[in-house]
Amino acid sequence: MMTNPTGRLTQGQFSFLPDLTDAEITLQIEYGLKKGYAWSVEYTDDPHPRNTYWEMFGMPMFDLKDAAGVMMEVKNCRKAFPNHYIRLMAFDSTRGVESIAMSFIVNRPKDEPGFMLERQEMQGRSLRYTTRGYGADKPEGKRY
Amino acid sequence: MSAPSYSIPGVVSAAPAGQADTDAAVAPSMAMVDSGARSVAQVLAQSQVEDVLAELDRDLVGLAPVKARIRDIAALLVIDKLRINLGLTSQAPSLHMSFTGNPGTGKTTVAMRMAQILHRLGYVRKGHLVAVTRDDLVGQYIGHTAPKTKEVLKKAMGGVLFIDEAYYLYRPENERDYGQEAIEILLQVMENQRDDLVVILAGYKDRMDTFFQSNPGMSSRIAHHLDFPDYSVGELMQIAQKMLGQQNYRFGPGAAEAFQKYLDLRVLQPHFANARSVRNALDRARLRQASRLFEDRERELNKDDLTTIEAQDILASRLFKTE
Repeated sequence: MMTNPTGRLTQGQFSFLPDLTDAEITLQIEYGLKKGYAWSVEYTDDPHPRNTYWEMFGMPMFDLKDAAGVMMEVKNCRKAFPNHYIRLMAFDSTRGVESIAMSFIVNRPKDEPGFMLERQEMQGRSLRYTTRGYGADKPEGKRY
Repeated sequence: MSAPSYSIPGVVSAAPAGQADTDAAVAPSMAMVDSGARSVAQVLAQSQVEDVLAELDRDLVGLAPVKARIRDIAALLVIDKLRINLGLTSQAPSLHMSFTGNPGTGKTTVAMRMAQILHRLGYVRKGHLVAVTRDDLVGQYIGHTAPKTKEVLKKAMGGVLFIDEAYYLYRPENERDYGQEAIEILLQVMENQRDDLVVILAGYKDRMDTFFQSNPGMSSRIAHHLDFPDYSVGELMQIAQKMLGQQNYRFGPGAAEAFQKYLDLRVLQPHFANARSVRNALDRARLRQASRLFEDRERELNKDDLTTIEAQDILASRLFKTE
């Protein structure tokens, strides 16, 4: 059985939908700004599910009023890393929340090889499982 | 990028339908659709343009060239709407401005209003104003300027970026100054993201002229060079009346004449700063009124006493004593 027939990375919001267009991304950013979130752009070429912290592309953007500023950073990041995963994250600074409220992918590499489940046989009949990205074999920067 | 091979429930053809919806929602308030209007009057009825212009005439004294330019910009907006209705293309005009003029001629005040005006006319999406000076744009070491300038620009997107004393950005005496870097980033964004951002530069006339001479690229990218004229004594009187009205004061008998006389003298003095000098003079008159009322401890003060500035409060000024 294939668990992910499209071979697409499914992390964050909207990841089972077709890729958002720039106009749709702008609307999402507007929504976040209206809620008072601070957007930030992050990228990585190691999208392992346990890789929580991706590389920051510039500082988080506080006090913005319009989505055009965030879109400018997204476009800069796409230009710098056309073949990396890029995601947008919205930080909610409300006291007591103080964490990420939204996160979705805005750029993917052309080919997404996906992940394999590795089984390690232990003593007796026990098994250990681990997930490994097919792309992760190559060194950083040459994966996709 | 690989599209999924499955379809989303409830959506017949996902991409085109979603696209159409979002384009309409993202379009600026200056809607690019045929609203059916064919005459100027019809467009005016559908928009707030006339309110904006009337309010401007009411609230700002003098400044004829500035008001004329705002009227032109508003007229272009109306005509553009009519053009769109008839299927003609229209491009968003370049709205970057430079305000030059003597101290106290209302450059900052107008800039604050301009963000609001452009928003209500539909040229900027959010209508907030980000006011900055050299310190906010230029960094202290190599590599500090670009992120700093970009951060300010991102904050100003969708509104107006107001750079006060803009000539300080360029320091010709120090060739390693980072101001030039900030100017280059500004120019790039002013050119490429005209729809997202309106930049207003302000400063004193002579120093701005030198600034533009040494940065011809900046000068040519600014479509509107507005020069703020000095106010006449009559206009300064109107401004004074307005300022007093806002603070719930009024001139007592003879006080207006005394203030007129004061202005006649003050205009000739050095360091005269137009409306700012008027405000300072009125503040001093208020101080004198307060100490005059303070002297008479037993007197019961009514509303009239507290709101009236008497002629003697103004005539006590240093200016009259030197005569």
